Amino acid sequence: MAATFRQHSVLPGFNLALGFTLLYLSLIVLLPLSAAFIRTAELSWPEFWAIVTTPRVVASYRLTFGASLAAALVNALFGLLVAWVLVRYRFPGKRIIDALVDLPFALPTAVAGIALTSLYAANGWIGRLFEPFGIKIAFTPLGVFVALTFIGLPFVVRTVQPVLEDMESELEEAAATLGASRWQTFGRVIFPTIFPALLTGFALAFARAVGEYGSVIFIAGNMPMVSEITPLLIITKLEQYDYAGATALAVVMLVISFVLLLLINLLQWWSRRRAA
Amino acid sequence: MDATAAIAITPASQPGRVRATQEAPWIRRALIGTALLFLTLFLFIPLVSVFYEGLKKGVDVYFASLVEADAVSAIKLTLITAAIAVPLNLVFGVAAAWAIAKFEFRGKNLLITLIDVPFSVSPVIAGLIYVLIFGLQGWLGPWLYEHDIKIIFAVPGIVLATVFITFPFIARELIPLMQAQGTEEEEAAVVLGANGWQTFFRVTLPNIKWGLLYGAILCNARAMGEFGAVSVVSGHIRGSTNTMPLHVEILYNEYNFAAAFAVASLLAVLALVTLALKSVVEGRTAASREQGHDHRSA
Repeated sequence: MAATFRQHSVLPGFNLALGFTLLYLSLIVLLPLSAAFIRTAELSWPEFWAIVTTPRVVASYRLTFGASLAAALVNALFGLLVAWVLVRYRFPGKRIIDALVDLPFALPTAVAGIALTSLYAANGWIGRLFEPFGIKIAFTPLGVFVALTFIGLPFVVRTVQPVLEDMESELEEAAATLGASRWQTFGRVIFPTIFPALLTGFALAFARAVGEYGSVIFIAGNMPMVSEITPLLIITKLEQYDYAGATALAVVMLVISFVLLLLINLLQWWSRRRAA
Repeated sequence: MDATAAIAITPASQPGRVRATQEAPWIRRALIGTALLFLTLFLFIPLVSVFYEGLKKGVDVYFASLVEADAVSAIKLTLITAAIAVPLNLVFGVAAAWAIAKFEFRGKNLLITLIDVPFSVSPVIAGLIYVLIFGLQGWLGPWLYEHDIKIIFAVPGIVLATVFITFPFIARELIPLMQAQGTEEEEAAVVLGANGWQTFFRVTLPNIKWGLLYGAILCNARAMGEFGAVSVVSGHIRGSTNTMPLHVEILYNEYNFAAAFAVASLLAVLALVTLALKSVVEGRTAASREQGHDHRSA
């Protein structure tokens, strides 16, 4: 029976390893996640629709997705620049800077949140510079964008960097020999090669930003309709014992996350095929 | 033959030739400058400010905030949580990687995707789903209440949420590593009469030890620093269900900034140590991965 399911191998432990993997995966991830969908199924469709389309909820989607998109775009641009500088140029402190790029992965989000808030507040080191122009960053939607930019910073750098490192210099040399300017070489030779990786990094940064909570709630100010993100709204509903409302919103977020995950997998598959 | 040799020599040795595939010095400097400015604004200054704010009111205040009873209990709970979550996910990571990398079976790609799912779920939702199961209004809530077992707003809930959040870290690191290393060495061991555990501990484990360590370091950093998921299930009971990140939040919301940043600076040190270990181990993993490729091509 097992023979049709898997190819024969002399190695032992398949049943134990796969059995444990599936059990653990089901208990920790799949069953609890299905709870969200099953609880939501208790609502009728009009009830569900009414919950997930109230003006306050729609405003939170707009902020969450708008700020995430803006942050991911900024990260795509600057992440590409940072990856380029780290791969192509030599300058003092490069190794330390390279290691520090991963800081947003390693630094707890609550720490990032309070640090960014104190910096970008009107009396903070950076917020002070913008204050004379009447630009407030902390406690506005702009603050949400700042936090999400921090959180998503490593993704594009780390997806583009290896592709740039593996690029054959012959292609650029050939382009130069054929009379291409540096800009033409970048636009027609280098950029098409790194584009799938760039897009993957962008999608990863966006997906991460959409679900982010810890760093945002400190800097956002959390005003309903203005600077309230969807994950915070889920917690607010939960604290009011509105389980149905919280779960309905969670299902909307989960479906969007799964679509993004699917998209990222397709992008990575495309990226590998292009590289091969 | 002569022609190819000539082309191979030219690139690095003649400066005039190189310039055509490089940028002008001023462009180079401008690019480096812009990249560093961006990193300074978004990375370095925030990092430095954590320590600055923590120490602003003096070293005495700093250390007093770290040895205060609630802080100590938060540190303890964080350590306990990581000490449970990391080994659990380590065992899972090894089992999953063994099944996926050493065997061919149907549905493998689906399994790999499912293992990645916790990465794409918002931390808040990770907490919420456990409340839906174990909370008072949850599926098992009434039964747990009758038997006086507390999971939500207690330590088990915090551990569960942390396990969920850090679920893929080690498996993700090991699967590609073990796939690259292939199965020849294990097959040789089995043919020579080793049993499964001997094969694993004497052949596989030495090959994957750096990758395993790398995954465990990342898993640990996230386990100790998780905020959103833990915040939903913790109930924020001071001295009892507060982890370090939650303690930072409480202090901050009480406008006790010096103490908040002092505890935060401990977490920042943890992040820096993680990054340092990571770059040390990264070199070793790359080496063992190359070895894997050599074995495959040999």
